[in-house]
Amino acid sequence: MKAKGRVHKYGDNVDTDVIIPARYLNTADHKELAAHCMEDIDADFVKNVKEGDMIVARANFGCGSSREHAPIAIKASGVSCVIASTFARIFYRNSINIGLPIIECDEASEKIDNGDEIEIDFESGVITNLTKNESYQGQAFPEFLIDIINKGGLLNSLK
Amino acid sequence: MGMTMTQKILAAHAGLDEVRPGQLIMADLDFVLGNDITSPVAINEFNKAGFDSVFDKDKVTMVMDHFAPNKDIKAAAQCKQCREFCGEHSITHFYDVGSMGIEHALLPEKGLVAPGECIIGADSHTCTYGALGAFSTGVGSTDMCAGMAKGKAWFKVPSAIRFNIIGQLPKYSSAKDVILHIIGKIGVDGALYRSMEFSGSGLKNLTMEDRLCMANMAIEAGAKNGIFAVDEVTLEYVKGRADREFKIYEADADAEYDEVYDIDLSQIKPTVSFPHLPENAKTFDEIGDIRIDQSVIGSCTNGRIEDLRAAAEILKGRKVSDHVRCIVIPATQAVYLQAMEEGLLKIFIEAGCAVSTPTCGPCLGGYMGILAKGERSIATTNRNFVGRMGHPESEVYLASPYVAAASAVTGKISQPSEVIG
Repeated sequence: MKAKGRVHKYGDNVDTDVIIPARYLNTADHKELAAHCMEDIDADFVKNVKEGDMIVARANFGCGSSREHAPIAIKASGVSCVIASTFARIFYRNSINIGLPIIECDEASEKIDNGDEIEIDFESGVITNLTKNESYQGQAFPEFLIDIINKGGLLNSLK
Repeated sequence: MGMTMTQKILAAHAGLDEVRPGQLIMADLDFVLGNDITSPVAINEFNKAGFDSVFDKDKVTMVMDHFAPNKDIKAAAQCKQCREFCGEHSITHFYDVGSMGIEHALLPEKGLVAPGECIIGADSHTCTYGALGAFSTGVGSTDMCAGMAKGKAWFKVPSAIRFNIIGQLPKYSSAKDVILHIIGKIGVDGALYRSMEFSGSGLKNLTMEDRLCMANMAIEAGAKNGIFAVDEVTLEYVKGRADREFKIYEADADAEYDEVYDIDLSQIKPTVSFPHLPENAKTFDEIGDIRIDQSVIGSCTNGRIEDLRAAAEILKGRKVSDHVRCIVIPATQAVYLQAMEEGLLKIFIEAGCAVSTPTCGPCLGGYMGILAKGERSIATTNRNFVGRMGHPESEVYLASPYVAAASAVTGKISQPSEVIG
């Protein structure tokens, strides 16, 4: 299982309020949520994001509210993976549960810049930066996580 | 090797004699919670997965508190979906407008959570119930759905940081100042994936409402849960509320902690967390003149009766500054009624405050006090992220009810001594 795309880069402590502001939580519709993804941290994200793109950030990505709308908005906007040095625990859990691939990798989080093209191999955890011609070793996905992600989330994998 | 309080509760709920940090377990749940924002996502998943019924109609609750009373047509549709689901599945504890309060004030008040229990809620501040000596943690809607259907959730057993509480709080310092001080010390990811365990000789000087306020903000340090040792204060609070058997778990004497901090309550000063992270905690020797436009007194952190009494003590016989909107939100109907009986509502209204029905409202930028571009609010809430209470270029300063009330009077961020003299 691999993913390839262009990077949107952010800093530390990207919270779920900036990923999907609460003023849009009066709906659970995935497309509507995606239309406001990252709005309060990067107003141009929705305009710029393309299918397969990646989000790379520093520490504690997804902190704050437990709203599953946050990883839903990111996934529905076409993002294929989020890389960070660390994730807030509820966001981590929610992402896996809805089938959004996420990887913890300190080196990648530090060295990847906005606009870089990267490729990820989920089985090995290797992240290749095609723009900089570098590679970084991230956490490999255990089989059960790959299964959840391939099946599109926890509930589908339990069926 | 001994276990922490959290580890003991998790082991018992997983049917194991002992657990170790990092171990993955499947635990039985005593209670599953959702609100009007997170429940619709869980209900959609529940229906999509084809579950017929909830695991126990007495152990699931939905509380319509975030955007209720309905703030707009879409919010109304979300509450309607929850109402219909709870009706269809005969959910005993469905809290709608008129009976609802802010979930994390409501559940302890109603005795729906008790010491030693294992609770998940699709709301990050579910960690509040750790104040009662329960294991309680926030999850997302998919986990809530699985919990509703099966009464189970998987967890990675956390390690813990211990906070050894000693001493007694000075007048006008409060539990909010203690937890802001702690988050300032360890940072917003200082307890990431871990438990924050509170115990020590000073615990007896913290009321249950103090503990609820502190456990509530464990998530703002990234913690999986916050938990307080059970004592007389806990048992006194639970008596007459939770009429069922529960078990008290104490940490082993040889339990291992990643870190131990001594927190001397007598050294705690009024504290304000500056935008845009709860870790930006400052005391008044570091705070200059900061003019405010709004003061919000309420939320799952500080909307209980003792919080309203503290605010009223400052506001009694005084007036809210001309350029400040002060909004007081009792967290539950019982708190509202009590505040009325004690004459607190009269004090607020005579001071020029707006008093609202219970709701999360402005805390998460829903409604009932949204900020315009460039506006500032002092708030007894729990988060001051970018755009949290309105426009992305507005600001939220977190503080105690004493400080929020004093600031409402002076029109700038102020400590109680500036008003009381």
